[in-house]
Amino acid sequence: MAADDERHLRERLTKLRGLPLLRGTRLSGDAKRLEQQLERIEEPEPSDQEIWRSVDLARHSERPYTLDYVERLFEDYVELHGDRARAEDPALVTGLASFRDRTIALIGQQKGRDINERTRRNFGMAHPEGYRKGMRLMEVAQRHGFPIVTFLDSPGAYPGVAAEQHGQGGAIARSQALMARLTIPLVSCIIGEGNSGGAIAIGLVDRVLMQEHAIYSVISPEGCAAILWRDDAEKVKAALALKPDAAHCLELGVIDEIVSEPKGGAHLNPDEAARLLGDALGRTLDQLSSVPGAELREQRRERYRRIGIYTAGATEPALRGGS
Amino acid sequence: MAEPRIDVSIEHKHRPDNSDGAGKHPNTCPSCGSHYRNDELEANLRVCPQCGHHFRVRARERIAQLADAGTFQEEAVELRSEDPLAFFDLRPYTERLAEAEVSTGLGDAMVIGSAAIENEACELAVMDFAFMGGSMGSVVGEKLTRAADSAIERKVPLVAVTASGGARMQEGILSLMQLPKTVCAIEDLRDARCGFVTVMSHPTTAGVLASFASLGDIIVSEPGALLAFTGPRVVQQTTREKLPDDFGLAESNLRFGHLDAILPRSELKPFLGRALRLFRNGR
Repeated sequence: MAADDERHLRERLTKLRGLPLLRGTRLSGDAKRLEQQLERIEEPEPSDQEIWRSVDLARHSERPYTLDYVERLFEDYVELHGDRARAEDPALVTGLASFRDRTIALIGQQKGRDINERTRRNFGMAHPEGYRKGMRLMEVAQRHGFPIVTFLDSPGAYPGVAAEQHGQGGAIARSQALMARLTIPLVSCIIGEGNSGGAIAIGLVDRVLMQEHAIYSVISPEGCAAILWRDDAEKVKAALALKPDAAHCLELGVIDEIVSEPKGGAHLNPDEAARLLGDALGRTLDQLSSVPGAELREQRRERYRRIGIYTAGATEPALRGGS
Repeated sequence: MAEPRIDVSIEHKHRPDNSDGAGKHPNTCPSCGSHYRNDELEANLRVCPQCGHHFRVRARERIAQLADAGTFQEEAVELRSEDPLAFFDLRPYTERLAEAEVSTGLGDAMVIGSAAIENEACELAVMDFAFMGGSMGSVVGEKLTRAADSAIERKVPLVAVTASGGARMQEGILSLMQLPKTVCAIEDLRDARCGFVTVMSHPTTAGVLASFASLGDIIVSEPGALLAFTGPRVVQQTTREKLPDDFGLAESNLRFGHLDAILPRSELKPFLGRALRLFRNGR
């Protein structure tokens, strides 16, 4: 996109709302995302009730999970198990499948529906072995040129003794590093809660689709409340401060598209939710399939390198915060 | 009765180490209880002369310890955090930032610049835990990225010294995005075949451990440093598991294969000199 057009868009964005987010900063994203950000900003700010409703719906016990979408969207699904080193982690599922006549590799976080499955899936909280299983599948996908689709839906990476001993932090870092090297199309769908390192471990991609009532956050509202308010009962205040809803994520340029859900939320009509998500995913994969691999990788890195809001050249640094 | 509240606030964590145990002499080693003089501790690289306890080191002091005298040229000094979410918890984020800047004399939790270590040119990126718990927001992410670019441009290795509680919650999802951002910068550094050494100092946790810090070609730490994705308090609370005595410490990380070495602070500079020579000879 021409620099002039981009500047024009930024100016319009700045005029529309005196957000600090636009002061002397580089907005992230390509033209399409900027336009979507612009459209989003023209709409009214989500209310506190709307934000909290998304937090609730994102974690609704009947919300469709990764495998519910797999069942509805993919054919010839073959699930692949194990990290080929130590373990099989059911909190993160991987497999190959056919999606609208192309083979894709799937990596998705999977919660459980009943108490037995929840325990088996560890409530969707992966160990390092889960991320390493994901990396194994990424290598398969790279070798064969299959696009990768990741489904984000997890309270976070598992905070346990064995998870730490087996290198949780390093596994999340290396999974991202591998994604930054791949030369195949990568798409993430945030279908529930995308929290913290556990989400970004499989979220460094070319395009991020986010369902209307999903959330994407640096920390869960409870975790944030426990740390900043020193009281996890303040989770509503924390959620409102974190602004993890899709509208804010689009406005901040960290996602590319909000995917509509059936009225009242995805859990009320999973078939329709799957159809809407499938259409967005199909369109996105079509767009990416024509881009050469090296270019995809370069644009992907550039996309993340540009995310951030800061000022350069403050004249009165010590006083700035008080203004 | 009120619920017991668990205090995991970073504000409390970055009090000086000697504040443990009210009523004690302020210059008391938290590990062995011996008293020290400030000038002696500084001359000993902030390591207790009695028991070897490694006190935290501020960014500028760390640079003075590692870089050859007069070689450090700071870069990106002018970067300052914004408050994109207008974040307000018990206090506004802008107020916390202003206070941190005044109390630390730093613009944010990382200082970057070019330097030489034992006559080997390199780029340094050093974190400071005293600035909001060394948390990583947009400025730390941008500085690490610029440090990688500066290393690539000069074809020299990057040395990062980390000290961080993780991503900065006050910048919300943008802070989470600093994980992939720094990872992408390090991938560019790798493509340019520049060496990358990380020194994980106490504590290196959460978002920083789960991004650039874990991607060093060589990863070293200091005795007793906490290096964990999730810290002991949260693990204990969430899982009710009995934690091993050395849970998350450098010593445990070395045993499980996540570290190359644990170095007493006095050996850090000679080690880095050796590593930098090896990277230069390999070019």
